[in-house]
Amino acid sequence: MSEKVYTIQDYKSGQPRWCPGCGDHAFLNSLHKAMTELGVAPHNIAVISGIGCSSRLPYYVNTYGFHTIHGRATAVATGAKVANPDLTIWQISGDGDGLAIGGNHFIHTVRRNVNLNMILLNNRIYGLTKGQYSPTSERGFVSKSTPYGTVEDPFHPAELTFGARGRFFARCIAVDGAASVEVLKAAANYKGASVVEVLQNCVIFNDGTHASVATKEGRSKNAIYLEHGKPMLFGEQKEFGLMQEGFGLKVVKLGENGITEKDILIHDAHCQDNTLQLKLALMEGPDFPIALGVIRDVEAPTYDEAVTEQIEEVKAKKKYHNFQELLMTNDTWEVK
Amino acid sequence: MTDEMMVKELEEVVVRFSGDSGDGMQLAGNIFSNVSATVGNDICTFPDYPADIRAPQGSLTGVSGFQIHVGAGQVYTPGDRCHVLVAMNPAALKTQIKHCKPQGLVITDSDSFEAKDLEKANFSTNNPFEELGIKQDILEVPISSMCKESLKDSGLDNKSILRCKNMFALGLVCWLFNRNLSAAEKMLREKFAKKPEVAEANIKVLNDGFNYGANTHASVSTYKIESKEPKAKGFYTDINGNKATAYGLIAAAEKANMELYLGSYPITPATDILHELSKHKSLGVKTVQCEDEIAGCASAVGASFAGDLAVTTTSGPGICLKSEAMNLAVIAELPLVVINVQRGGPSTGLPTKSEQTDLLQALYGRNGESPMPVIAATSPTNCFDSAYMAAKIALEHMTPVVLLTDAFVANGSAAWKLPDLQDYPAINPPFVTPEMAGTWTPYQRNEQTGVRYWAVPGTEGFTHRIGGLEKSNETGVISTEPENHDKMVHLRQEKVEKIADYIPELEVLGDQDADLLIVGWGGTYGHLRLAMDFMREKGKKVALAHFQFINPLPKNTAEVLKKYKKVIVAEQNLGQFAGYLRMKVPGINIYQFNQVKGQPFVTRELIDAFTKLLEE
Repeated sequence: MSEKVYTIQDYKSGQPRWCPGCGDHAFLNSLHKAMTELGVAPHNIAVISGIGCSSRLPYYVNTYGFHTIHGRATAVATGAKVANPDLTIWQISGDGDGLAIGGNHFIHTVRRNVNLNMILLNNRIYGLTKGQYSPTSERGFVSKSTPYGTVEDPFHPAELTFGARGRFFARCIAVDGAASVEVLKAAANYKGASVVEVLQNCVIFNDGTHASVATKEGRSKNAIYLEHGKPMLFGEQKEFGLMQEGFGLKVVKLGENGITEKDILIHDAHCQDNTLQLKLALMEGPDFPIALGVIRDVEAPTYDEAVTEQIEEVKAKKKYHNFQELLMTNDTWEVK
Repeated sequence: MTDEMMVKELEEVVVRFSGDSGDGMQLAGNIFSNVSATVGNDICTFPDYPADIRAPQGSLTGVSGFQIHVGAGQVYTPGDRCHVLVAMNPAALKTQIKHCKPQGLVITDSDSFEAKDLEKANFSTNNPFEELGIKQDILEVPISSMCKESLKDSGLDNKSILRCKNMFALGLVCWLFNRNLSAAEKMLREKFAKKPEVAEANIKVLNDGFNYGANTHASVSTYKIESKEPKAKGFYTDINGNKATAYGLIAAAEKANMELYLGSYPITPATDILHELSKHKSLGVKTVQCEDEIAGCASAVGASFAGDLAVTTTSGPGICLKSEAMNLAVIAELPLVVINVQRGGPSTGLPTKSEQTDLLQALYGRNGESPMPVIAATSPTNCFDSAYMAAKIALEHMTPVVLLTDAFVANGSAAWKLPDLQDYPAINPPFVTPEMAGTWTPYQRNEQTGVRYWAVPGTEGFTHRIGGLEKSNETGVISTEPENHDKMVHLRQEKVEKIADYIPELEVLGDQDADLLIVGWGGTYGHLRLAMDFMREKGKKVALAHFQFINPLPKNTAEVLKKYKKVIVAEQNLGQFAGYLRMKVPGINIYQFNQVKGQPFVTRELIDAFTKLLEE
């Protein structure tokens, strides 16, 4: 690894062409900052994306970049990581790219635990094709392709990730820069498939989709920042907390009914059992706050390392190591 | 008695083992082929197995066959029809008898011809031979019961004992052709190295089969095949096309000093390449069995982007799914080897059978102007050279390359002289050099080849972005400018056309002043060659031009095709190559011979068709 210290300018490239006010701008800033703080040399990073507004992102990062095809970024990134495990790979998709056309690659990449930073920019809409519902749009959502509302239920990215045995899941809001940088750094430091759901606004086709948490004030009421080992408190004065009730969670107010901070759940992102983590990830308003931060972070062997390790093991065991030696492992006869 | 045995000296012989798909016919056939190869005969094999893994026992759909052509001289095909047919049950007899020569010999396991067995094979009488009108000699042998008797003290259970009956049949066939059993015994001991008791049981039954033939059937003519002309000196092995393909890729990676990556998804008849490459981790081969065909190709594109020799393997239906990612490699200009082991189509079609129906798909089956080099392997052993060349062209010309093989060459095998990598051309991908840093842009091209330079992630000073959107020539910046797009379409096309400077010219075999030029491509080489040889022996003036390189075509293609008065293109489709040639060489007049049966050509039918055309 190079000793050189890189500044944020070293990671910037080109002039983004997203709509003014698009959540992608804010996310890109956070990514540049996270990359700078992580300090990996730009030439050892690859940003690999699919198709869609957010998938334009590689052009704006001064690393190696590959803007691939719709839905396949996770598969392309898997091949690149197996080919060169030393690369740091950021894989960028939107909700349509990652969960509709790319759904199969998404779940299998998560299942294999390929060491990728998998960013899912979720604005619950198809922007580049000008406003159709996506697999994360709520039931009844009216769009150009569903003028009378959708008649299907959406995916929750966290649920899909956990269902695919995901070991890392975090969530941030594009406009919430400081928290996003921390989440991105945690994802990069996690060895394995780290899924980050970035809640992001589409000003043109789905404005206000994450309105309840779009402002700092809104987040203080409607979001909870989870930190491993810390009690699950939220609210303007941290006056609310989460407790377990039966098979579920409940929101409580400190001081009411004799509840004190010690009654509040402590976040355990490292817990192998994902039951509570899933409950946290699925919380939504108005009854519950939206969970932000690293929700699940559990160690597991990575696919790319396992591939490399197996090759080393077999190399040590087998007696043939080049083509000529391979030939001689066959039954042969000699014509003299 | 045996001393007076008549030994017929045959130039060549074709044997077909057939039985239930669980009867071990492929193993018996493989061993016989290897045993024959070790005594210096030339061999060519053709496994003909059903798509079902285990169809109902004894049923007509569950018959598995393995045909071996053994010759004293050069053997080009697995043979049209067999001299000896082994039929382990009535279903095998019923479905396979058509592959047996009228003067051939049929060997059956008489224990498997009980009423219930006949019923499963839909016989309506208790005499299947009469019912089928079989004229061939029949040798009815109680194989199952003798196998049981032979192994009654072995300690093996009944099921395991009956699994050895294929070795009884093999022993009998080895006796028929005076094959020494020691090589077969060695192979069995290696195959069952972890189960010595099974190895010994198989060997015992093998010998019993051999002795049964020697003791009781001396009246049957036996054959001996001796090598007529010694082959080139060196070490040989028996290799099938899929294995040779895998070896060609390994060889190319080593020659290019690169790591080999395979992204694949199981599909008949291509899966054995995945199996073979997966074995060779000690050579650093990375194989990823992906979630689908799409990911197989997309991950290979990713591996290529990251600097590996990247390959994806499949059959026709898989190409449908891969074409999107293949196209990404076209516009990004990244090396990629795409292997299509063709099978019968359309759709799921005939998964285990062989056709040449994916040619136009390989050439044109993608959106946009999407030029892609296409190479077709001509025989099992040529799969090695073709895979090597596909990798060399992909790496040196920064382009995806399609290698077409087919089920026939993929599963068929032949004797292969072990190659020396030193005899193969160097592979030099156009990697960026440190002095290019600062001035290099992603789509700068080598003037002579039209090829861009390759900067692999991890290389300092060359960070860049590429993708599936049209880009400015030189810089690679996204561009929708009309003139630029037109230019890029031409540049990509010209880059592929220039590959003609780096492939061999088309060779014309046979009579240079022929009255008829036979034209073929890919896996039909053996049959067309045999047809030509036969016709020339009969005094006809015939030549063969067989294409391995299809896009671009060899530079002398037009010259060759225009030189002959009569040209016939023979292929296993409705005329895809013929149509392609008419487009590429305007004004030529060509005849067609087309057969799409999922089966290899029958040489006799080729000869008849060609002779008829000559006489018109």
